[in-house]
Amino acid sequence: MGFLKTFVLGGIHPPENKLSAGKPIRSLSVPVQVVVPMGQNLGAPSKPVVKRGDKVKTGQLIAEAGGFISSNVHSPVSGTIFKIDNMMDASGFRRPAFIIKVEGDEWMDGIDNTETFVKDVTLSSEEIIAKVKNAGIVGMGGATFPTHVKLMVPPGRNAEYLIINGVECEPYLTADHQLMLEKGPEIVVGTKILMKALKVNRAVIGIENNKPDAIKLMRDLTAEEEGIVVQPLKVKYPQGGEKQLIKAVTNREVPSGKLPIEVGCVVQNVGTAFAVYEAVTKNKPLIERVVTVTGKALENPSNLRVRIGTPVRALVDEAGGFPDDTGKIIGGGPMMGKALATLDVPVVKGTSGILLQREEAAHRPVEGPCIRCSKCTQVCPMGLEPFLLSRLARVGNYEAAEGEGVMDCIECGSCQYTCPAKIPLLDYLRLGKNKVGVLIRARTKR
Amino acid sequence: MLTISGSPHLHGDNSTKKIMYGVVTAMLPAMVVAIWYFGLGALEIIVLSVGFSLFFEWLIQKYLIKGPLTITDGSAMVTGILLAFNVPSNLPWWMIIIGALVAIGIGKMSFGGLGKNIFNPALVSRVFLLVSFPVAMTSWPKPSPITKTLVDTITGPTPLGFVKEGLGAGKTLAELSQHLPGYGQQLMGQMGGSLGEVSALALIIGGIYMLWKKIITWEIPVSVLVTVFVFSGILWQIDPLHYTNPVFNLLTGGIMLGAIFMATDMVTSPMTRGGQLLFGFGIGLITMLIRVWGAYPEGVSFAILLMNSVVPLINKGFKPKRFGTVKMAA
Amino acid sequence: MDNVVFISMLVLGALGLVSAIILYFVARKFKVFEDPKIDEVEAVLPNANCGGCGYPGCRPFAEVTTKKAKEDKSLDDLLCPVGGNDVMKMIADIHGLSIQERDPMIAVVRCNGTFAHSPEKVKFEGVTSCSFADALFAGEGGCQYGCLGLGDCVDACGFDAINMDAETGLPVVNDKCTACGACVIACPRDIIELREKGPKDKRIFVSCVNKDKGATAIKNCDVACIGCGKCEKVCEFDAITISNFLSYIDFDKCRLCRKCVEVCPTNSIWEVNFKPRKPRPEKAVKPKQNSVNVATATLITSQKIVSGTKNTERSNIDKSEN
Repeated sequence: MGFLKTFVLGGIHPPENKLSAGKPIRSLSVPVQVVVPMGQNLGAPSKPVVKRGDKVKTGQLIAEAGGFISSNVHSPVSGTIFKIDNMMDASGFRRPAFIIKVEGDEWMDGIDNTETFVKDVTLSSEEIIAKVKNAGIVGMGGATFPTHVKLMVPPGRNAEYLIINGVECEPYLTADHQLMLEKGPEIVVGTKILMKALKVNRAVIGIENNKPDAIKLMRDLTAEEEGIVVQPLKVKYPQGGEKQLIKAVTNREVPSGKLPIEVGCVVQNVGTAFAVYEAVTKNKPLIERVVTVTGKALENPSNLRVRIGTPVRALVDEAGGFPDDTGKIIGGGPMMGKALATLDVPVVKGTSGILLQREEAAHRPVEGPCIRCSKCTQVCPMGLEPFLLSRLARVGNYEAAEGEGVMDCIECGSCQYTCPAKIPLLDYLRLGKNKVGVLIRARTKR
Repeated sequence: MLTISGSPHLHGDNSTKKIMYGVVTAMLPAMVVAIWYFGLGALEIIVLSVGFSLFFEWLIQKYLIKGPLTITDGSAMVTGILLAFNVPSNLPWWMIIIGALVAIGIGKMSFGGLGKNIFNPALVSRVFLLVSFPVAMTSWPKPSPITKTLVDTITGPTPLGFVKEGLGAGKTLAELSQHLPGYGQQLMGQMGGSLGEVSALALIIGGIYMLWKKIITWEIPVSVLVTVFVFSGILWQIDPLHYTNPVFNLLTGGIMLGAIFMATDMVTSPMTRGGQLLFGFGIGLITMLIRVWGAYPEGVSFAILLMNSVVPLINKGFKPKRFGTVKMAA
Repeated sequence: MDNVVFISMLVLGALGLVSAIILYFVARKFKVFEDPKIDEVEAVLPNANCGGCGYPGCRPFAEVTTKKAKEDKSLDDLLCPVGGNDVMKMIADIHGLSIQERDPMIAVVRCNGTFAHSPEKVKFEGVTSCSFADALFAGEGGCQYGCLGLGDCVDACGFDAINMDAETGLPVVNDKCTACGACVIACPRDIIELREKGPKDKRIFVSCVNKDKGATAIKNCDVACIGCGKCEKVCEFDAITISNFLSYIDFDKCRLCRKCVEVCPTNSIWEVNFKPRKPRPEKAVKPKQNSVNVATATLITSQKIVSGTKNTERSNIDKSEN
């Protein structure tokens, strides 16, 4: 294959275990009841615009953005608002949510819910951004940053590159891969729409080399397209991280504490590109997404298209039922996902996968003393010293941890994965980030 | 019951144990060579050293620290073998036991156990033995393959000691070199010396194995050896009559053992590439200073211990390059 | 030879003399005036440097008191919580002022989600730090307001006044508590509160901070406050308010009548250091499990009866655990 592009610092290669690779995306039937949390994006939670007892249609706005960095929420089903209450979401905390009893599946007028492929878009940049904002689209890779905010290039900055993230470096997950295989043309149109919105003429679709079929397909589809390049990348975790992907594709480094636009780049996930396509050409808000349901004990690991708000339990049932020896349920991939306390939490906009780990794999290995092997330093993609930061956090020297750059940590978990002494490095780093965050807030307040 | 923990939920299969036993495996060729040349005496030393290292670690953990027992993690075994590698094969048995006690008790456990020691435990012990029992520690049995003799009878100096003594007595290298083993013999280990240091070839094989298994990185061994080579090369170019040539310097004495197995000890070496290069350079330089102008014919162990002591400083000074800290040219 | 000795003595002596003169003038010139009272105040302070007063340590506090005493002639808004009234009085004496007596305070753990009351539904693995776990999940028992039991408060305490009870999984405050407030800051869930110690250490408080609706709260913990409002109604002194399905007793208004304790259906109101009430014939059924504070009772030796009750409670928990 020759020499493939990738990011420079650190990185690991955990076993890929893409069990659901190549499984066609199946649509999961609409459940009898959905729970739609109000805060599904990074930033401020949304504000409800419907009340208890209201009838809603599929795609109807039920909560509007509650701030600049916030997004709209739409009803994923048609039915009645049964309750607005605190419900447990994937974080394990009860947060405000709509509980909607499903009655039929009646869509809002003006939404094109067909598979017809629309190729040409004549809207202006502002119109596109307005449509993306109305559709409540957030980053679908898991970070859930509101997409329209990313598309609004701040004054004084200039976007040069749009990077479409088809890396999917997390083990197990295949949702993006499968989406590229099945919705390639739509993603390409979505990419063009995003390019238009950003007023850039160069776009790079970054795909890791373990997905040759997707690379080939996307290459064929973009062969005619001006300015869109497909860039195969060496398989290395965490290449899907925004900063790492930019480094890999453009060899630019986002300065510490800054956003990608600083180096003229905007990164969007392939799932987001697809959602943008649907929103702009078909007026369809973000009410469903593709979720990988996987796990070594699962009978039938699958890629499912589900409505937002569907309980995770329904997804697991569809994939062959909940195995008895499950020790851990993970929302997201195994490297950065969150452990769930129960299956009774809803799928949200940022749920990229559900992974069931077996009992024996679910536990942390026994921690030993640090032998100062510096493996954590070697694999850190941000060039930090996790052993040092974890020690500083452990003894409570948060000022020093800040000086050593703990806030640059992207929580990819490479250090903890690699550590031969099995020290929970990332736990300590998170603790440090928490406390340093408090310190910084206290400082800016003063 | 479900488990909740922070990400990541995957863990690599690398472990401290794997690393330690990897080092033990890498030392096997040198061990075989030692037993081949030095006979049962070498075997006895290795067995005693490893056995008592494990025993003292167990004793201290069980009755002094009263903490968890970790003798199975292999680190005491590595220390034991390294200690055995660092002594002559005819060392009295009680000395090696004292050595094991010093290595484990003072070199390792007094700092708090694995991962906390500043100095390489085996070297602490070796230096302790060297200054306490200088005669026993510097009478080297002449190597002869195990098939010929089973007891150590003849003793002689190491090539380095021989050269130093000779030069000190006013002889020139040309006269001395007739009595020295050839390069081939040096490579294979047919010369006087500590158990593990004699065969450069066996040590290099071990080093390559550790590089392949990613137990060590190339920086420290290469920088040590290059420094020694360059330094001795310059002196040799200036005055080949009184300074030994670089290849001789690389193949004799403990430099190979030190560079490959002891300087690379994870606990006592720097964390970053730049730091490791500086560390290796320092070891090479101090070794050569001692060899050329010092009182001892060999200085690897002192060099490594001295550099061990500045590792925390090196770690402070050499930080990895942080992502996003360089101004973009674009 | 004599000459050499003499000259060296002379040179050294002269050097010493000149240095002494320089030192003297430099010391005079750069002398910083410091109120000697600062030292006096510092001497009576506990010197634990806990920061409970709101200043970085005892010396800065001494400086502030001295400054305030000079400028405002009052020490009213200053308090060394550790030293309490005694120390404040001594400070006031130094400055020739008087102080308002304040009621002594104590840290109170407002959660009773023991292993028995709030059985664990998931198992946590990771760093033993509440601030970390708080960001990660709701808690092993499922209550997102309850104690995580990982001991950030214990680590924060500089007086050895709080420790974890291995059997209940909750922190226990003992008599050494100086109300410095370090644990209050350390707790990521604001469970620990500083309350007045009360007359003869008697106090009543709601041992729960759950703001969920009653049904949700009780699902996770059977001694949670469900916000039913019975205590609010029964209170004759308007000391109890309910907001967010959570009852709160104002310790300034509470007269320790204990009526709320009796009506609480989930036993989430605690009375501390009261004598056990006489069993009433008509209502003698329900043994009051909450009639004692496991926390403060441990070190209060005079309260023998209370300790006795505590032990029975503990053994009950034991049984239910096994």
